[in-house]
Amino acid sequence: MKASDFSYENPNSLNAALALLANQDGDVQLLAGGQSLMPMMNFRLAAPDTLVDLNGVKELQFIQETETSIEIGAMTRYVQLEQSPLVTQHIPLFAKALPHIAHSAIRNRGTIGGSAALADPAAEMPALLIALGATLNLQSLTGQRSVLADDFFLGLYETTLADGEIIESISIPKLASTDRTGFYELARRHGDYAMAGVAVVDRVVGDLASLRVVFFAISDRPVRDQKMEDLLQRPSANDEQQHLKEAIGQLEFHGDLNADAATKQHLAGVVLNRALKEMET
Amino acid sequence: MSGPLTNLDRPNSYIGRTVPRPDAKRLLQGRGQYVDDLQLPRMVHAAFVRSPHAHARVKEIDTTAATSLPGVVAIYTAKDFVDHVTPYVGVLTHLQGLRSAPQMPLATDVVRWQGEPVVMVVAHNRAIAEDACGLIEIDFEPLAEVCDAAAALKDDATIIHPEFDSNLAWERLVDSGDVEAIWDRDDVTVIERDFTFGRHTGVTLESRASLVEFNPADETLTYHYSGQAPHMMQAVLAKHLDLPEENVRLVARDVGGSFGIKIHTYGDDVATAIAARLLRRPVKFVADRMESFVSDIHARDHTVHGRIAVDSSGVIAAMEIDDLTGIGPFSMYPRTSAIECNQILNLTGAPYQIENYRARGRVVFQNKNMMCQYRAVGHPVAMAVADGLLEAAAHEINMDVVAIRRKNLIADTAYPATSAAGMKFDDLSHQRALEKLVSMMDYDGLRQSQEEARERGVYRGIGLVSMVEVTNPSPMFYGVGGASISAQDGATVRLDAAGALHVSSSITEQGQGTNTIIAQIAADRFGVDIDRVKVTTGDTATTPYGGGTWASRGAGIGGEAVLLAAQALRQQVLEIAGTILQAAPDSLDINNGQIVDVEGAATRMSLGELGRIVYYRGNELPNDMMPEMIATRHYRVTDFPFVFTNGAMAAHVEVDPETGFVKILDFWAVEDCGRVINPKLVDEQIRGGVIQGIGGALYEECLYSDDGQMLNASMADYLVPMAAEMPDIHIAHIETPTKTSTLGAKGAGEAGTGGAPAALMNAVNDALRPLDASIYQMPMTPQRILRVLGIGKD
Ligand SMILES: Cc1cc2nc3c(=O)[nH]c(=O)nc-3n(C[C@H](O)[C@H](O)[C@H](O)COP(=O)(O)OP(=O)(O)OC[C@H]3O[C@@H](n4cnc5c(N)ncnc54)[C@H](O)[C@@H]3O)c2cc1C
Repeated sequence: MKASDFSYENPNSLNAALALLANQDGDVQLLAGGQSLMPMMNFRLAAPDTLVDLNGVKELQFIQETETSIEIGAMTRYVQLEQSPLVTQHIPLFAKALPHIAHSAIRNRGTIGGSAALADPAAEMPALLIALGATLNLQSLTGQRSVLADDFFLGLYETTLADGEIIESISIPKLASTDRTGFYELARRHGDYAMAGVAVVDRVVGDLASLRVVFFAISDRPVRDQKMEDLLQRPSANDEQQHLKEAIGQLEFHGDLNADAATKQHLAGVVLNRALKEMET
Repeated sequence: MSGPLTNLDRPNSYIGRTVPRPDAKRLLQGRGQYVDDLQLPRMVHAAFVRSPHAHARVKEIDTTAATSLPGVVAIYTAKDFVDHVTPYVGVLTHLQGLRSAPQMPLATDVVRWQGEPVVMVVAHNRAIAEDACGLIEIDFEPLAEVCDAAAALKDDATIIHPEFDSNLAWERLVDSGDVEAIWDRDDVTVIERDFTFGRHTGVTLESRASLVEFNPADETLTYHYSGQAPHMMQAVLAKHLDLPEENVRLVARDVGGSFGIKIHTYGDDVATAIAARLLRRPVKFVADRMESFVSDIHARDHTVHGRIAVDSSGVIAAMEIDDLTGIGPFSMYPRTSAIECNQILNLTGAPYQIENYRARGRVVFQNKNMMCQYRAVGHPVAMAVADGLLEAAAHEINMDVVAIRRKNLIADTAYPATSAAGMKFDDLSHQRALEKLVSMMDYDGLRQSQEEARERGVYRGIGLVSMVEVTNPSPMFYGVGGASISAQDGATVRLDAAGALHVSSSITEQGQGTNTIIAQIAADRFGVDIDRVKVTTGDTATTPYGGGTWASRGAGIGGEAVLLAAQALRQQVLEIAGTILQAAPDSLDINNGQIVDVEGAATRMSLGELGRIVYYRGNELPNDMMPEMIATRHYRVTDFPFVFTNGAMAAHVEVDPETGFVKILDFWAVEDCGRVINPKLVDEQIRGGVIQGIGGALYEECLYSDDGQMLNASMADYLVPMAAEMPDIHIAHIETPTKTSTLGAKGAGEAGTGGAPAALMNAVNDALRPLDASIYQMPMTPQRILRVLGIGKD
């Protein structure tokens, strides 16, 4: 379980990193917290020719406030999010969800950008970003573009990130103190990837009520379903539970070692109800 | 001797006392020396190409590209080893009829499980060796695999070893009394259940590792070993590498856990020794986690059909089990893979007075990783089957689960006793253990709170187990069947010139505190401060001959040898002191490193002074006195095949019927391991064991696809319980010393692992009862619990 040979680059600016990413031959990969990439390399599931280490790129490590949003540099670690008063105040959903991501040792290293770029369908962060209506700011040598989290995650370990692009930062709209969030997941052991989980954000955007429900660990990507959101926003129909169940039944479930598709379908309903219940209190 | 063994008021009274582990500081400071810490001059590293198929013919192996990779030292396939090792076969004559095929370190023409080593690469470092493995091309012709144990016995099943007529490795029947006469009786209630026990493995912190040196000048092989039976491996290697046994030295320094995993003959380890000999330079092999999962032995993997009959008063009228187990393609050498099944037949129902008992066990070859002895061999299966049936029967006849045990447990006054399967018991305390458990857990109060919780829609369950544990085995376990496995152990205790004691013992330390209890016993029986005792274990060149530490035998057998040797040395030293002091030896005693008068306890001389006289100023001694400042004693169990221990455990769990999650609220264990030498070490053995039992009951399983691929061969996917999954575990002891030794210690190492799964299964079923559901499959995963609740079924 030793990684195969690779060369290692340690740039100290985003531009230098972008240049390396664009100009090195072969398979070039970015190293963020390394909590997913290093095991993959040791298992030889990944064998980059060049590793471009982003840990020295200080300009990717920040948490800043604008009037409407919190801007988070891609190299911000989970632990920094957990400890940030800005995050706690304006993105309370993070405070609820972060303790479920792995263990402290991993949260000390793992980054928000790494988790987004990896697009593990069982990971919390992609679902949180969609639920929060986040925007990912991507940078390449040739330019900058911003992509809504809704459009960023394409499938199993698949995103819209193009060759030569780095996630530079993530913008998350601030939540108002009257907005409500819910989070619930079921994991076999504390810190494991979930068998099923959900993030819910109920807020007012402009004049409009907006409710977002995003499941994770049930399919090949985070799953958001308009129909379900509509159902939940309608003032309670008396057979709401039945409708919800039907809406969940319409989703596509992908089984894993801990839960097959049928189990995930059942658990999706359970986590949703529990997240909603938690929001009521 | 000065008073009873556990008189804690004596000076140097360490037996029965929690003393800090002398090695703890060293280990906590990272100064341990595990095999992978050792760096030898000219050392090279091994990696293996392992079979990606469960069953395939090896047609061609192309090593050309790998050979030319810079840094590669050697590449070996099976044919390179043909003249350097003899095949081994995992059978024992007392397991009549057991058969297995000859095995070689590397697969010869056919691979029979995913993970079987096929090609060995030796290179300057492990990374290069792995690179080279990636360049080796093997042309496999896949063969039909047979993975399911039941399917392996079907007429049309592929036969894994063509020299045999079927995939059956062994079958054993036990028939005692007349079960057939019972089932149809009107006055009994008969309960039948099908139990499934998943495969799991013992995940050691330090993976398997070997570092082997060969000195061609004197033809000696030194094997740096991470394991628990150095002398057994010495004999195995000497025999199959054709070296004189005395030329093979096994040295185990620190060992990071073993649990039975590291006590077997693994092809990759043997290949490492052969390579070291061929290359004449040290070769190191350290299994990585992925290869550990597909090559370390697995355990359990049993399906058992069980039947019990109880009369209306709850008395067990009959019990019957039919066990089927898949062991992989070979029986493991030299302990065999039939022992677990054998134990299940021997132990099911063993705590209870049962006259009519019938059991069948079948051990089957299959194309999965090999199965062999892991902590608590057979016990979790035997206990879960018997106590699962018993609790089901109790509920059927509306009897309390404690009451039905009270009815059936062998009485504490009934010993010696013999079980239906022929096991001989003495000095057990089932009844006292149960009563202690019931009061410790406040059984009645807990039942009441369970009722109250149910009214709130919370499903809690209480489950118990009464258990026996096989410990301190005699030669009847292995030696009788022809294995080079010693049932006796030795200890040498030596007094040096400074008055310190040096003990060397043939039992081994794998992290459980063996060296600590050796020091305690020696210091206590001889009369010195424990700081003045130095212990050596694990080295065949410097320790007496013996079995090592397994089957909960270290303290009971090895400890007794230390006790006898320390007492003998004490007597010798008192005689020397008597001569020097012109006093009768029995008027003298040794306390705290001083020779003292028995009467009045006045100090006469220090051991250091005695040492100096003996070693430096022998002229002061009479000419006819040649003092022996060293004593060696050996010990084995003679009166019984095994010294059994007993215990009772209980689990309190909460099941979430919406999610299938089980939360362990509390766990209690009462254990009678005879003399407790170090309470904290025993408690931690039991706790660690319970946690491995929790693993087997709720989390751990080696998952295989239908075509024999292990699906979760990593620490991310194979779930061992971690700190957050560990409940409070309350422990109490009953001490019924065994009469077979002076020390009176029985084993304690496997009780938790053996008993916890049964208690947990009973507790989960107790919680599920109001929902009309039950589960008899381990691990009891959320999905399986949901299924028995009818959720997720098509
Ligand atoms: C034991 C264990 C348990 C875990 N449990 C969980 C869990 O419960 N939930 C969970 O969500 N995660 C879990 N993880 C994964 C962990 O959260 C990872 O840290 C995270 O998924 C990846 O972040 P990283 O910073 O470590 O990225 P890395 O591993 O360094 O990189 C991951 C991938 O992202 C790419 N990348 C990184 N940064 C950027 C960027 N700025 N722009 C473009 N591409 C980039 C890399 O090239 C690589 O391909 C666990 C990990 C471990 C080891």
